[in-house]
Amino acid sequence: MPFTCDLGGERHSFADLKAVLAAASPARSGDELAGIAASSATRRVAARWVLADLPLATFLNEAIVPYESDEVTRLIIDSHDGASFAPIAHLTVGGFRDWLLSEAADEAALAAIARGVTPEMAAAVSKLMRSQDLIAVAKKIRVVTAFRSTIGLPGRLSTRLQPNHPADDPRGIAAAVLDGLLHGVGDAVIGVNPATDSVPAATTLIRMLDELRGAYAIPTQTCVLTHVTNALAIIERGAPVDLVFQSVAGSEAANAGFGIDLAVLREAHAAAQALGRGTVGSNVMYFETGQGSALSANAHHGVDQQTMEARAYAVARAFDPLLVNTVVGFIGPEYLYDGKQIIRAGLEDHFCGKLLGLPMGCDVCYTNHAEADQDDMDSLMTLLTVAGCSFLICVPGSDDVMLSYQSLSNHDALYLRSVMGLRPAPEFEAWLADVGITAPDGTLRALADGASSFVRQLAENLS
Amino acid sequence: MSEVVPGEVWARLRRTTPARIALGRVGHALPLGEVLDFQLAHARARDAVHAALDPAALTAALAPLPVLEVESDAPDRATYLRRPDLGRRLSARSAAVLADAGGDCDVVFVIGDGLSATGVQAGAAQLVRACLAGLDNLRIGPVVIAQAARVALGDPIGEALGARVCVMIIGERPGLSVHDSLGIYMTYAPQTGRTDAERNCISNIHGAGGLSPQEAARTLGWLLREALRRELSGVALKDDQTPTLAFEGQGPA
Repeated sequence: MPFTCDLGGERHSFADLKAVLAAASPARSGDELAGIAASSATRRVAARWVLADLPLATFLNEAIVPYESDEVTRLIIDSHDGASFAPIAHLTVGGFRDWLLSEAADEAALAAIARGVTPEMAAAVSKLMRSQDLIAVAKKIRVVTAFRSTIGLPGRLSTRLQPNHPADDPRGIAAAVLDGLLHGVGDAVIGVNPATDSVPAATTLIRMLDELRGAYAIPTQTCVLTHVTNALAIIERGAPVDLVFQSVAGSEAANAGFGIDLAVLREAHAAAQALGRGTVGSNVMYFETGQGSALSANAHHGVDQQTMEARAYAVARAFDPLLVNTVVGFIGPEYLYDGKQIIRAGLEDHFCGKLLGLPMGCDVCYTNHAEADQDDMDSLMTLLTVAGCSFLICVPGSDDVMLSYQSLSNHDALYLRSVMGLRPAPEFEAWLADVGITAPDGTLRALADGASSFVRQLAENLS
Repeated sequence: MSEVVPGEVWARLRRTTPARIALGRVGHALPLGEVLDFQLAHARARDAVHAALDPAALTAALAPLPVLEVESDAPDRATYLRRPDLGRRLSARSAAVLADAGGDCDVVFVIGDGLSATGVQAGAAQLVRACLAGLDNLRIGPVVIAQAARVALGDPIGEALGARVCVMIIGERPGLSVHDSLGIYMTYAPQTGRTDAERNCISNIHGAGGLSPQEAARTLGWLLREALRRELSGVALKDDQTPTLAFEGQGPA
């Protein structure tokens, strides 16, 4: 069915629903690479007018990736909750935007519709929203998850401590863990990306992290971000796995590119839950996503990258994850060209994830071949924190020496918590105070203040 | 930080990782020296991304190994950065060169510039030699130098040369601390359309605390023999050998 819009005597036609979505998307290099971006600025706005008048239910009746050949589409349609959808079923996409911004859409109302919103609805409405709209609505949504710490409570900003090392050296990783802890970082997870895709190497790191966490009774969870099939092998070997990690994407074929399907995620979810290692909650999955992953696997089905990204969140929410984050600037300039595109994508991803009910965080990051720098990251992390982002990723000095890209620094977490009056997860906050990393008022101890004997001992043991 | 934890302890910790730990702080911010040091590193990495490969010098470094020179369909660096699809496809000229060469071998090594021609120029020849040293009983094809290459460009190259396995050595994305890191991607039965899940990767091969060429060659040797024996590569082929990675100790400058 073609879609049309008349603007000032000029008729704009779009061949199908995914063409409308693609043309309505804010400009980005990945959609240009795929040959589906709006061919002019005017046409982009025409597509938004078309989108605004479409009933939300359109997305239940017309699959943009075929139901028969794609298990992600089947997951989206088969798990759609009609009762949750009922309060918004009468709305157009434009009407949905207005409702989301209205006072009627409060925390409870937004929680109630989450399972009635499909990824395509979320992506569609985001294309009609300015950055401030994405922030304002996301801010109203609360998603709380827990394992050994509780993520997403009001007034909190959690962080992933990412102590990567180019050769997986356990002492080097431990040194970076210490650096993070002393900055109050690590309450979402202490998560290492291993340099080598090896079961024995990952097992060594998992045991090391767990011993460190256990020895100092740190109320957080650890994770080695290895492939889900490795995690299953590691669990079989009896290693202490807190969280199972996997990168996920928005189509069956893109997930095949990652070497996964929904069945193996189900298996891993069950295996990790069976370990029963959580103390204050039982969310055991950690997913990463990022716009462009489906296109890079040539598995985007002609759908724009932001809509495909939102579909990845449907995969994630089927497994009640503890943490989900978009690695927004990691994939490179062929998908998000510059700081402006990265910032917009980060806000879209956070909004869509939260709207769908996910504990959404972000790896605010960029690569050296993108047109971006630290000023862009300062903007995005500040905007996301205003929007109530659940957690952010931090590496020492913003320099990931294994993955060769720039994320946020431990210092950035201090800045954000300070300027916005936010605190770490309550369990972790109490631990920081107990061991003397923070003063009784919650501020990081002044350096000349002298450390607790605990910190001194920890550092000496690790060195 | 340095007051919280004794200086000599931090010094020991810093020797274990090139990560930017123990930077200190001014209020909640980085000290200015660290900010400017970071900006310099970023500027150097940005410059490295746009450097070009010198295939003649690389051919000389590989001598007397036979070499073929090819390029992808990306006509210039700017296009290469925005169009990975072109970087995965052989130019018409290159496809003809490889078709003429033909062949039948166990392994073909491809050296691709990727995102760090600087790293490839400096370390790829040495890495090829280290790998070859452990592969005495295998039939090795000509070394292919590929410009404007993405990882998957190894697929049509390996296919054209009749290789059972393609080993792509490619320049990794420059980081702040390391501009010259190499990665190895091994693909059994290379052909256009292979997915990344069908490859095994050994990354971070460089001299600033990463894998040495010898360590990478040892891992590759194991993977290659297993791939040939089991006739597959990728996630189905787990690297089950005892980890041999060791950090050789070089702190940040």
